[in-house]
Amino acid sequence: MDNIVLDVSDVHKSFGGLKALNNINLQVEEGKIHAIIGPNGAGKSTLLNTIIGRLVPDTGSVIFNGRSITGMQPHEINQAGVVRVFQTPEIFPDLTLLQNVMIPAFASKEGPVKFNFFRSLFGEKDVREQAEEVMLDLGLHDQMNRPASDLSRGDKRRLEMAMSLVQNPKLLLLDEPTAGMSRADTNRTIEILQRIKARGKTKVIIEHDMHVVFSLADHISVLAQGAIICSGPPHEVKGNPVVQEAYLGGAHI
Amino acid sequence: MLMESPRKDYMIMAIFTAVVLTMPLWTAPFGASYPDLLQKFAIYGIFAVGFNLLFGLTGYLSFGHAAFLGVGSYAAVWSFKLLSMNVLPAIVFAILIAALFAVLIGFVSLRRSGIYFSILTLALAQMSYNMAYSVLTPITNGETGLQLEHGDPRVLDFAFGAEETAGLPSTNLFGLEMSGWPGFYFCAVVLILAFFLSLRIFKSPFGLKLRAIKSNQNRMMYTGYNTRPHLLLVFVISGMYAGLAGSLLAVTDPLAGAERMQWTASGEVVLMTILGGAGTLVGPLLGAGLIKYFENIFSAINEGVLHSAFSFLPDFLNDFLTFIVAPFVGEGWHLTLGALFMAVVIFLPGGIMEGIRRLTGLAKRTASHRGGKGSARTGGPAHSAEG
Repeated sequence: MDNIVLDVSDVHKSFGGLKALNNINLQVEEGKIHAIIGPNGAGKSTLLNTIIGRLVPDTGSVIFNGRSITGMQPHEINQAGVVRVFQTPEIFPDLTLLQNVMIPAFASKEGPVKFNFFRSLFGEKDVREQAEEVMLDLGLHDQMNRPASDLSRGDKRRLEMAMSLVQNPKLLLLDEPTAGMSRADTNRTIEILQRIKARGKTKVIIEHDMHVVFSLADHISVLAQGAIICSGPPHEVKGNPVVQEAYLGGAHI
Repeated sequence: MLMESPRKDYMIMAIFTAVVLTMPLWTAPFGASYPDLLQKFAIYGIFAVGFNLLFGLTGYLSFGHAAFLGVGSYAAVWSFKLLSMNVLPAIVFAILIAALFAVLIGFVSLRRSGIYFSILTLALAQMSYNMAYSVLTPITNGETGLQLEHGDPRVLDFAFGAEETAGLPSTNLFGLEMSGWPGFYFCAVVLILAFFLSLRIFKSPFGLKLRAIKSNQNRMMYTGYNTRPHLLLVFVISGMYAGLAGSLLAVTDPLAGAERMQWTASGEVVLMTILGGAGTLVGPLLGAGLIKYFENIFSAINEGVLHSAFSFLPDFLNDFLTFIVAPFVGEGWHLTLGALFMAVVIFLPGGIMEGIRRLTGLAKRTASHRGGKGSARTGGPAHSAEG
């Protein structure tokens, strides 16, 4: 298959004696939404961290678009097109919403380092318009000039989504995008994700909420105790007795 | 604030230029209108504006910035000795040497952030200070300080036909002597240029990135930025401002001593910036002006001056007030400054600029309160915010 965007192969990661990731193999196809589910402590966030460069795997490799990103710096991985949305909103609280979204837009436009200290921000109309467009799309534009620290938690997560989308990522990694959200906010997020799915962006989602997973995912991998125990389309995973045993304790979905 | 039209920047520059050039007029009622002091305001203003680019934008608190001030002074005096008494080569040379020095210190210090960065800059600056007194004596002339001498080469001056004079020569700008009012106006013009560059940096994409680093540096890495080169550049620019200020100190008095590099001098620029308002454009200048005013004017007030100031009062009140106020002036000016600093940090964490913002906000609200009927409700939250 040559439409594999992300190829994680034989990845191991241990912390002291604890095997957090044990021989992980994962292929993500282009344009698909790939969900990773699993009980707490299964290693979902560790896996995500090895993909974005926060952690370096002990062995194994992570290939993105045919190029190894194992051991690369986080900013290099971002510049390659892998963008992560964090579980707890990671924003710039002292800046306005518009500035929060312009910062990642500048990173995509200018690369990791650019010393444009004599250039006026006023001349950066394209970046500003790009940021405004994404904010309009996510319904944040009416709060554009407020400081980000003023936002509610749900709005902060939407802001982070805007910060990720403005970079036009080739691969978007979402870490529990609806954790702690109300039902209304969750549905709104699903709606946003379905909309951007239509644009053919590849996504990996880590999620607890089965409602979210089954309304979005094309492919599901189940992680338990650091290993992938099952991987396949939603209907297969749903009916798999091993999954029900390990993850759901025998309960029916 | 960042998105306003460029016309506003021109307005700011026009007002700033007018205010700086008319300083001799409006400082007169405060008894500060003499060139030496105004020159100090301008020079330490440049120092603070540069420090604020680093601390105000990125939040990296350098406790060793006086090292660059000292290096700038030494470099300028060497330029006077070796090349010319003209101030331009001295300033350029000082800025370059300070930049070089800042690259070295910044490269080491910026490997850490927070308190560890502060400690590293402090340690490196103190090391420079002590070395100026010991192993570097051939360059710094140790405790005597580096000064002009008869028989200095001054190759450029002599090449253009200058002759050795009986007294020591004075610094000049193509023949215009840099003492008295010309000296002040020269520093004032340099300050205006330095402020303009600072304004441009504040309103540039680069400046926005620096603010983002201050707000959440970790996030910057996952947003695709390599933050350290940005930090190093602003550290070097900030060091160059300090070198420029140091060279101007040498322009007003061509003598460089290591005491300029001591940690108290580094602490002073931190105080200036925080007192005026870190991260604001004008705040550091206000802080620098205020501290230099206290140092030079407040310290000169003695009991005799107080007695005559209170002479319109009955004798016993005059004596009483003099007794109360005396500890806060003259030798005691540090006490007043310390109390002021504490009051600002506790009540106005954003410095004097925050005070000004609150006052103008209050004035606007009272104006709209008076103007619009039934605006009592809009006044309500304002009052609670004030309390």
